Amino acid sequence: MTDERPATVQKPSPSAAGRRWWETLRRVPPIFVVLLVICVWISFLNPRFATVPGIMSFLMRAAPAAILAAGQLFVIVSGGFDLSVGSLITLVVLGSSMLIGGDPANTPWVIAVMFLIGIAVGVFNGAVTSWLKVPSFITTLGMLVTLKGFALLWTGGAPRGALPNNFRVFGRNRLSGVPLLDEVPYAVIILLVVAVVATYLLHRTGWGKQLIALGDNPRAARLSGVPTAKVRILAFVASATSAVIAGILLGGFSGVSTNVGDGQELGAISAAVLGGAKLLGGRGTMPGAIAGALTLQALFTLLNLLGWPKPLRDGLQGVIIIGAVAYTAWRERRS
Amino acid sequence: MSAPVNRKPKRAGLPPAFLFLAGAFVGAWVLVSLFGRGQFLTAANITNIFVRSVALGMVAVGQSFAILGGSIDLSVAHLISVTAVMTSFIMQGDPANIARAIAVVVAIGLGVGLLNGLIITKLRVNSLIATLGTGLFMQGLLSTSFQNFAGAVAPEFEVLAYGTWGPVPIPVVMLAVVVALGALVMHRTRFGAHLYAVGGNAEVARLSGLRTDRVLIVAHVITSFSAVLTGLFIAARLGAGAPWVGQDGVYDLESIAAVVVGGTALAGGRGGVLGTLAGVLIFSIMDAMFNQLGTGAFLKQVFRGFIIIAAVASYSFRSKEEVG
Repeated sequence: MTDERPATVQKPSPSAAGRRWWETLRRVPPIFVVLLVICVWISFLNPRFATVPGIMSFLMRAAPAAILAAGQLFVIVSGGFDLSVGSLITLVVLGSSMLIGGDPANTPWVIAVMFLIGIAVGVFNGAVTSWLKVPSFITTLGMLVTLKGFALLWTGGAPRGALPNNFRVFGRNRLSGVPLLDEVPYAVIILLVVAVVATYLLHRTGWGKQLIALGDNPRAARLSGVPTAKVRILAFVASATSAVIAGILLGGFSGVSTNVGDGQELGAISAAVLGGAKLLGGRGTMPGAIAGALTLQALFTLLNLLGWPKPLRDGLQGVIIIGAVAYTAWRERRS
Repeated sequence: MSAPVNRKPKRAGLPPAFLFLAGAFVGAWVLVSLFGRGQFLTAANITNIFVRSVALGMVAVGQSFAILGGSIDLSVAHLISVTAVMTSFIMQGDPANIARAIAVVVAIGLGVGLLNGLIITKLRVNSLIATLGTGLFMQGLLSTSFQNFAGAVAPEFEVLAYGTWGPVPIPVVMLAVVVALGALVMHRTRFGAHLYAVGGNAEVARLSGLRTDRVLIVAHVITSFSAVLTGLFIAARLGAGAPWVGQDGVYDLESIAAVVVGGTALAGGRGGVLGTLAGVLIFSIMDAMFNQLGTGAFLKQVFRGFIIIAAVASYSFRSKEEVG
């Protein structure tokens, strides 16, 4: 927990203040340091990155992955996995383009339908895991296969139709006339809202604490009266909802394609783990998970600037997630 | 404890997955006879079901070892791609290179398995992340070096995929040998017994004096080796390997699905290779059935996901434990 500040603050002497600064700095999770280093490095290679528009475009590109990581973290701290989010993204993008059918007037209710589909998928994942005792890895793996199949069945296997402008606006347009910042992409505003709400839900509500307790020790949590099924189902609903949001942003940003969601689930899990979350539950912070997703995106940007081809970038990502988890495990053993 | 339980060691009983296998078989037979094109129960069709099972079957047998030990291997699909590409690249259509190609890919496979095992046991990295990482790394190197089908296998090597031994296709013989060897190692060797112990409860196994790290490392080497076998088979079948053949087959998730449908617990310690074979055959029967019913690939996929969930639910729903 990071919220262990003393209730009363004494007037510090200068050296004590310095020490407190150092203590606070030391408690900053390493992922933020890594993110900062990478961003500074990028700014050296491309000075435009360190301007307001540069940061905004970066955040806009990172927003879907960061939102997905935030949703995934709810499931991970509860001790589970949600592998179905990638296919759910594909379903949202393909399904929206099918249902809207080129008529922008359909966009509002189609978006509502997508959220309902997401909630249904989340409830299904959570209910099967809680009541039929199927490990969530398998439940959501089954959903991954089924949802992808369903999305392709719907469109006949090829991307069909196009998304109208009033759908794509969330993923690719900017709000202009913002004081100080001038233009802010809608995706960044959505990311900010999701980040604040998710941080509040995980770290400031009873549900969030029950979720962490459930992941830390499921039996103890159940015996101490945590309604485990309800708590877990809500976690999967949160994850699925984040996938719907990410799907709407990705559909807006890059248009209709059948592989838009492929592999996104593993990216989200990697981001959460980079941000200090422990697989199989009990530990993880929302700012960390979001910083993990931003770090992955920043790393790709950096390697791109350095001229690395895409496959090698993916390869390095593999080394980095192993390194990060090994480092965390090593630090844990040492303390 | 309540009523005394008769704990006769259960031996050689067929896993419950075979009940589902029989059900799937009869169901497919009936459905195809009623609504499908042609006959279901023909020698050609049955052979086809087995041949279809070979690629997934071999790697799934290996995956059973990782999962039984309470671990998992997501890198197999990428290792399959590496194997297929390296096999045809080294062979360049010349039979004189067959031995060298096989030696190289087997060495790569053993190395990858060793690396996976060491990262998981010595660096204490969760197996999912460890093998996701090594898989991404391998795929990165492979896709940077090769963009398309590379080289060609020797015509003699294609026997592995297309040859027959009397009436039996060689691939089916291969699968049978792999399953038999896997079952032998799992059920009749000391290593197999240790693997069950480690998968059941690693801490207890360690306190009882087992070298749990070593057991898990060997399990991962076996898993990787089985992926190499699948890669060799795919290279023989396609005539050459391309850097996407493993991912296209979704061998990572499909092999895990086959293992758990076969009754091996994802948490480890329970299950076995024979169940995995049943799981793989169930998938192949469903594929054959959907083909003959003419429903198309996507509806098949929709059902497959539910079948995975339903099969595992049938083993797990009585459990009183919390699962995450």
